[in-house]
Amino acid sequence: MSLATLTKDWAATSYGFLDASAKRELRRKMLKAIAVPGCQMPYASREVPMARGWGTGGLQATLTLVNPNSVIKVIDQGADDGVNAASIRRFISRVSGASETWDTLSATIVQSRHRVPEEIMREDQVLVLQVPNPEPLRGVEPNISIARQMHADADYGKLWLTLYEQIVRKGRIMQGASYPSMVNGRHVMTPSPIPRWDVPKLNMARHLTILSAGREKRLYAVPPYTRVEPLVFSDRPYLVEDHADLTCRRSGVSGFFMNELPQDGGGSVFEVSDSNLGIKAIDTAQGTPSEIGETWYRNGEFSA
Amino acid sequence: MSLDLGLPALERAAPRLMRAEPLLTMRDISKSFGNVRALRQVDATVYPGEVMGIVGESGSGKSTLLRMMNLEDTPDGGDYTLRLPGRENENLFDLARYERRMLCARHIGIVYQNPHLGLLMRHSSSGNVAERLLIAGERSFDVLRDKAREALDASEFPLDRMDARPIELSGGMQQRVQLAKAIALEPALLLLDEPTTGLDVSVQALVLDTLKRLQRDRQITMVLVSHDLGVIRTMADRVMVMRHGEVVEQGLADQVFQDPQHPYTQQLVHAKL
Ligand SMILES: Nc1ncnc2c1ncn2[C@@H]1O[C@H](COP(=O)(O)OP(=O)(O)OP(=O)(O)O)[C@@H](O)[C@H]1O
Ligand SMILES: [Mg+2]
Repeated sequence: MSLATLTKDWAATSYGFLDASAKRELRRKMLKAIAVPGCQMPYASREVPMARGWGTGGLQATLTLVNPNSVIKVIDQGADDGVNAASIRRFISRVSGASETWDTLSATIVQSRHRVPEEIMREDQVLVLQVPNPEPLRGVEPNISIARQMHADADYGKLWLTLYEQIVRKGRIMQGASYPSMVNGRHVMTPSPIPRWDVPKLNMARHLTILSAGREKRLYAVPPYTRVEPLVFSDRPYLVEDHADLTCRRSGVSGFFMNELPQDGGGSVFEVSDSNLGIKAIDTAQGTPSEIGETWYRNGEFSA
Repeated sequence: MSLDLGLPALERAAPRLMRAEPLLTMRDISKSFGNVRALRQVDATVYPGEVMGIVGESGSGKSTLLRMMNLEDTPDGGDYTLRLPGRENENLFDLARYERRMLCARHIGIVYQNPHLGLLMRHSSSGNVAERLLIAGERSFDVLRDKAREALDASEFPLDRMDARPIELSGGMQQRVQLAKAIALEPALLLLDEPTTGLDVSVQALVLDTLKRLQRDRQITMVLVSHDLGVIRTMADRVMVMRHGEVVEQGLADQVFQDPQHPYTQQLVHAKL
């Protein structure tokens, strides 16, 4: 028996771009991350044909999860048609044979930057969030080794302290996106820069969420039906962005998270941030019925 | 003669103290750092409501012993028990790191000589106190605010500066913030490592006054380390004299100062007089 018979034939590319050992490592790390919800797992972030900081962490997670039957949706701040979202989606489909979609309901994997779709995700779907900075303690403890010890000790006093001081100084909590949240009552994670509006969607969600930071080489997870609780004081309620009363100027939907477009006159108009939701509403209005699934927010109120 | 003298002296302690069960018991604590034997088989007993003074020259192991009491460090050998509800017979050095940290946050307060060790200099003073309460699980902003104010007030800290950062405060005020932080959770044990060293004499007297008043009002059990015999004399009920990592003499403060038995203590007391 020669070595040649034991090894695989040479191939120009591997399925799903990453080589088998890279995917094996990522799978192991994802399983670990699921086993300890919210706990950051280091991984050997590989090179992908994209610069670090542009969603390489999310891309590697997606490339590991994908199979030829997958249906991929990629969004960048809610939109499917941004250059980055479109390129990532096309790349994934080209190296895996998976099909592409803009529709949250038909996707099996949703890779996202900075948003969670408005339609409720199901148990058979996976949300992959791109994370620029995975360490919620970075602001209070620049030393990563000490920050890891603090996670191990569940020592979140300093994190709470910064929230306390924001209220003392400004009368309210200033943290907007990336709101630190306690996962499963044990580890605090940063939910990636999603707005506060989206954080409640992760709490007891039916779907699995993988959060992956390619530049920082860490990933963590929120398994289905797991508690995700933003750090708040019992007598200072958690407030989401006040978009409940805004209406999208193009689709007419209201009660969802909006993008603000400042106008010349000084005012602003709003467009729904989950762009495919807006498209579906426009299609329906123009006589091509397009199913909008159940949404986490109804009439601007969170109600899942 | 050195160690034997400790016990009779202890028996001469005030009857009020002797009737109570000790709050703190340390047995046979030893600790080496490389070749330096910082503590050699030290025993210590502290009764509820008393002030135990520890004196001794630089390097005699006072701070090391106090760090053990604060569970910041573990010894090479020895037992440590505190009479806390549900923990009476537990050797605290056997606790897991996380439990040790929680117990320490809830039941032990400490004031260091160097405020940089005890305070987050870039956070507000009230926040420094609130952090203690947050670690212990308090989640109401209004309660945090009230309790922080209360503890700072009890430490006679000027409340109009309560949101200033310690780095902007005077040394005496910094010590008061440390003290407020230490007493915020009404600890069973308050440890003070040279709390007034480095302050000028008038400020030192004021901080000592605060400590005395706190002790009188709240009956907090204190362990006070100082190499200033004057400080120990005004504050302590009982005193332990340490040298080269050993306790050479202990007893009621008045007795030790008036009638020192060990040659080293005699030398100390006479040098002071
Ligand atoms: N972390 C450490 N590493 C090495 N040696 C140490 C350490 N901590 C203390 N020591 C040594 O142990 C001995 C006792 O130190 P300790 O700080 O307890 O003395 P002290 O009685 O508090 O003195 P001082 O009055 O100067 O504060 C000293 O010789 C010191 O050098
Ligand atoms: Mg010392």
